[in-house]
Amino acid sequence: MKAKKKSALQLKITNKKRKISLSDWQLYSLCAIPVIMIFIFNYIPMFGVVIAFKNYKFNLGILESPWVGLKNFEFFFKSDVFFQLVRNTVLNNALFIVTGMFFAILVAILLFELKSRRSTKMFQTLMITPHFMSWVVAAYMVYAILNPTYGYLNQLLGDFGIEHIDWYSKPNAWPVILTIVSIWKHVGMDCVYYYASLMSIDTSLFEAAEIDGANRFQRIIHIVLPTLIPLITILGIMKIGNIFAADFGLFYTVTQDGANGNLYETTNVISTYVFRTFKDGSLGNSYGLTTAVGLLQSVVGIILVCTTNWAAKRVDKELGLF
Amino acid sequence: MRKHNMVFQIVLTCIFIVFCFMINFPFWLLISASLSDANVLAQQGYQIWPKPVDFSSYIYIFKNPGQILNAYGVTFTFSVVSMILSVLLTAMIAYPLSRKHLRGRNIINFYLYFTMLFSGGLVPTYLVVAKYLHLDDTIWVYILPGAVSAWNVFMMRTFFSGIPGEIIESAKVDGASEYKIFATMIIPLSKPVIATIGLMIFLSKWNDWNTALIYITEPKLYSLQYLLQSIMEDINMLKQNPDAAAMMQEMNVPSETIRMAMAVVVAGPALVVFPFFQKYFVKGLTVGSVKG
Repeated sequence: MKAKKKSALQLKITNKKRKISLSDWQLYSLCAIPVIMIFIFNYIPMFGVVIAFKNYKFNLGILESPWVGLKNFEFFFKSDVFFQLVRNTVLNNALFIVTGMFFAILVAILLFELKSRRSTKMFQTLMITPHFMSWVVAAYMVYAILNPTYGYLNQLLGDFGIEHIDWYSKPNAWPVILTIVSIWKHVGMDCVYYYASLMSIDTSLFEAAEIDGANRFQRIIHIVLPTLIPLITILGIMKIGNIFAADFGLFYTVTQDGANGNLYETTNVISTYVFRTFKDGSLGNSYGLTTAVGLLQSVVGIILVCTTNWAAKRVDKELGLF
Repeated sequence: MRKHNMVFQIVLTCIFIVFCFMINFPFWLLISASLSDANVLAQQGYQIWPKPVDFSSYIYIFKNPGQILNAYGVTFTFSVVSMILSVLLTAMIAYPLSRKHLRGRNIINFYLYFTMLFSGGLVPTYLVVAKYLHLDDTIWVYILPGAVSAWNVFMMRTFFSGIPGEIIESAKVDGASEYKIFATMIIPLSKPVIATIGLMIFLSKWNDWNTALIYITEPKLYSLQYLLQSIMEDINMLKQNPDAAAMMQEMNVPSETIRMAMAVVVAGPALVVFPFFQKYFVKGLTVGSVKG
């Protein structure tokens, strides 16, 4: 018995000191190309964030450009857009997260209550179509509805005697419009997560509930919703972690680039600001500035993911992403 | 009890029919506008039923297919190449990571995971891709950056881990190299996950418009979606000009109905084809949501 234990221990040691075998080298060589590509396209740009602390000059390149310390950050914090950007990004995204999750869960539960599998499949297919469209096509559709002169919505309002509204110059309407567009695009795919989780519920639970005389509503409250809570937490963490990364396509093309500035008040978010400043280049050190803004966004994102994850784990050890 | 249930099911079905109708309504409006007569549209606006049905926008597009056909060619090329290359590269890194005995496996895992947490952002990436690698205004800019995504690797790794280790061990006893095991056993056994990831990559490339927005200035290399986007941008630019109407005529800007027809021509084929693969997209989500 003792001898056996000893040999097992020895095996463990030899295993640890084991030389890298030929087959291991083959495995390493297999992943060499992808690892190098990730280094080039993901890691080198990470080192490039030093531009955030520099005054970037085209002729000098990343390394040779002069250091400016925290000036780029200072410029951003002191500029008029700072408050606007943070407010728009966080509020719009918070609106999308809350309403998006609510509708995805609602649709998933209703789909689950639908007994005919054939119609469930059909409705799912019909709800997913927007997922297959690009934001550009979505922008054309939104335009068809909201166009001030020909748009469908204005005609509908006209039937009720309401005068034509030029939606592309009404910033206050856009948080609502974008929320609807965001739900429209994502609800079909988002409800899949919840639906898949509901399908895994043990059906005997429902039978037991029925015998106990629980009605449909009670079943949803006491069986369906508790099953979804871990998933809601995980997806919620991921979404809150991304709250500073606004969907560029939604905020840029669907608003038609903020309808050339008319809508910036409510639709100018960090990602669109970064892109515009970068493209425009009229600000002296636009590369340094936009990199600084992007860096801030990334860092705040990491902090948010870690914090929400930690908080979720405090509530329940099983919850949380990592 | 039973009757009450029937009524509930019928009501629920009706709710879903209305909901699905609402979700697909914008696409119908687009088709209807593209089938309208430009003058009628200018007078009455968008209608649910085009009266009269008029195919002239489509005839115009098919008579002058140059740009759109070219964009189709470019988009199809880089989508297919991206799909094949990305799936291959993803599998090449996912397979070693699925082998539990491999030393340094956790380091590579973290190396990948970190790219999900942090990224250089727009400008540094642009500088590397355009100024150092000179990939701008080439078709490779659509393909190479982001060819290996950590998310896809983890998804494929999870699938590979499910392949029984005995199969691999027995092949090794027979003297097969890891390359041979990878090519002749792992890949053929992993068709479901390869199809899922391949289709997800294809869809995202097919709908890619912002790569061209940042890196492409040469119209011959415009992707399909960016072509649509650039038309919209041109018109928005012209609208700011006081002589917009005259300039639009002079520059031969496509009319409202033609633009809508172009949007249908761009989105239509994908919308017809992708739903057939819905199963794979749904699977991709649920597999990807597995922890670790």
